[in-house]
Amino acid sequence: MKKPVRSLLLYAALVVLYLLHNDLWLWNDSRLVLGHPVGLAYHIGFAVVTSIVLTLLVIYAWPEHLDRESGQ
Amino acid sequence: MTLAIIIGYLVIVLVIGLFSHRFFRGTSEDFFVAARTVGPFILLISLFGANMTAFALLGSAGEAYMEGIGVFALMASSSGLVIPVVFFFIGTRVWALGKRHGYLTPVQYFRERWGSDGLGLLIFAVQIALLIPYLLIGVMGGGTTLTQVTGGQVPDWVGGAVICAVVLTYVTYGGMRGTIWVNVFQTVVLLALGFIAFWVIVDKLGGLTAAMNRLAATHPDMLVRGEHIKPLQLLTYTCIPLSVGMFPHMFIHWLTAKSAASFRPTIAFYPVCIAIVWVPSVLLGVFAHLDFPNLPAGAASSVLVKMINLHAPGVLAGLLAAGVFAAIMNSFDSQVHSVGTMFTQDIVRHYGFHDRMSEKQQILVGRLFMVGILIVTYLLSRVTDRSIFKLGVWCFTGFAALFPVVVAAVFWKRSTKWGAAASTVSVILLWLFFITRGWKSADYTIADSGVMPVAVMLLVSTAAMIVGSLLTRQPQQATLDKFFPRSGRTEEEDRPVLRIAR
Repeated sequence: MKKPVRSLLLYAALVVLYLLHNDLWLWNDSRLVLGHPVGLAYHIGFAVVTSIVLTLLVIYAWPEHLDRESGQ
Repeated sequence: MTLAIIIGYLVIVLVIGLFSHRFFRGTSEDFFVAARTVGPFILLISLFGANMTAFALLGSAGEAYMEGIGVFALMASSSGLVIPVVFFFIGTRVWALGKRHGYLTPVQYFRERWGSDGLGLLIFAVQIALLIPYLLIGVMGGGTTLTQVTGGQVPDWVGGAVICAVVLTYVTYGGMRGTIWVNVFQTVVLLALGFIAFWVIVDKLGGLTAAMNRLAATHPDMLVRGEHIKPLQLLTYTCIPLSVGMFPHMFIHWLTAKSAASFRPTIAFYPVCIAIVWVPSVLLGVFAHLDFPNLPAGAASSVLVKMINLHAPGVLAGLLAAGVFAAIMNSFDSQVHSVGTMFTQDIVRHYGFHDRMSEKQQILVGRLFMVGILIVTYLLSRVTDRSIFKLGVWCFTGFAALFPVVVAAVFWKRSTKWGAAASTVSVILLWLFFITRGWKSADYTIADSGVMPVAVMLLVSTAAMIVGSLLTRQPQQATLDKFFPRSGRTEEEDRPVLRIAR
């Protein structure tokens, strides 16, 4: 897969993450999951998934030209 | 004992800050941006630490006490997504521009990008005005904490004065390197002691499951968002973390990076770091209902300290208070340093000396401004009685609404100084409009709909930037060549090609 396509897919993943952040479906759900209220457990998981997507972003969509442009 | 531990902690901080001076190179670039030598993991810890305030620790627990676990989704989870994305798209590019052109402040960049001294001055004034409430958060948080952990033995004014004196010493002596070294130490302390605090208190409450079950029985509304948070509030609150793009202290921290690649761990691990700090704070905030039911709103911001005092007295209380101090000073020092840097570079050096100050003069003036700023902030903190959280939100709102300015500067060639000025003026007017209406309400949203004022301000400021730019003359080609080199080439490499093309 070429870098521009990879980058676009990862940018799209960021948009999906933004949508998933708004978990309206858990608004009044008081179940406990792994000892935490589901609304909190969901967002702890969300932080981990966000970190994974961002790791992919810095690996596969990194703006390599910046170090060259800076004169380094 | 508690007081002795806090004093010991502050002495360690001072020693680290003063020791960093041994590596000082005597240049203004070293004093203001640590000679742009900060590597990947130190950058992660220092950027994270600089963005963690008393608001993140004391404010989050207090808010969780009032609003329940939804506070994490509202404030922390959105920051974990938005802030690293801003670092990726804006921070790395600002770093590259700063490195190429030798910038030390955001105003230097904006002034040259749009070729306007007036615009630079306007942005300078707005950034300083919005940073003052943020500085007050630090001083007030320090005062409150010291008073409460010592059971009222140490008055409020002493805590604020101690914070100012310690920060003054290592920031003015060690410059940005001292600030970063102390930041790294304090962030590690904050993370470690935060975890210990959580573990000890939850253990005293009978364990996580037992505490959660008791809370579910007595305060079930704390485990859901329910009526505490409106869906539109969750949606629009995600605009608030955009403030990181216009915070001068974060901007200056970006410039300290050794390379663009240094940003990689920061971007990848930021969401997890946020969760590590916020989850314990939010949980302790809601668990506080088990020990302190029905606290009034004004007392909620100190609920974390109350929990520490109740469940972890003595040595542990001292250590945990040190953790709170770490969070407070972590951001406070960077803010003081950035304000001093801006006054020196953007006002004295630019207007007073027409960019011809010697290295020593710049460092001396920077130090004097940092002393002055600390004195003014301390005095202001003595006459301000507003809650830490309210100060924070309004400050973040203003910076976030300015986000289109930095986006246009970095990405939009057609943007002009008039567009940037229109955008900035719209933020000033709307900020004044909303703060006069929303100041007295803890959870102000427009017409009680859940829409945060920042969302409207951001839309208007974006529109002002676009309309203002399109209605005015486009920037000169020389400016565009300077700030938008062809990808992968330096300005010097582009020059012969451009000459031939002309």
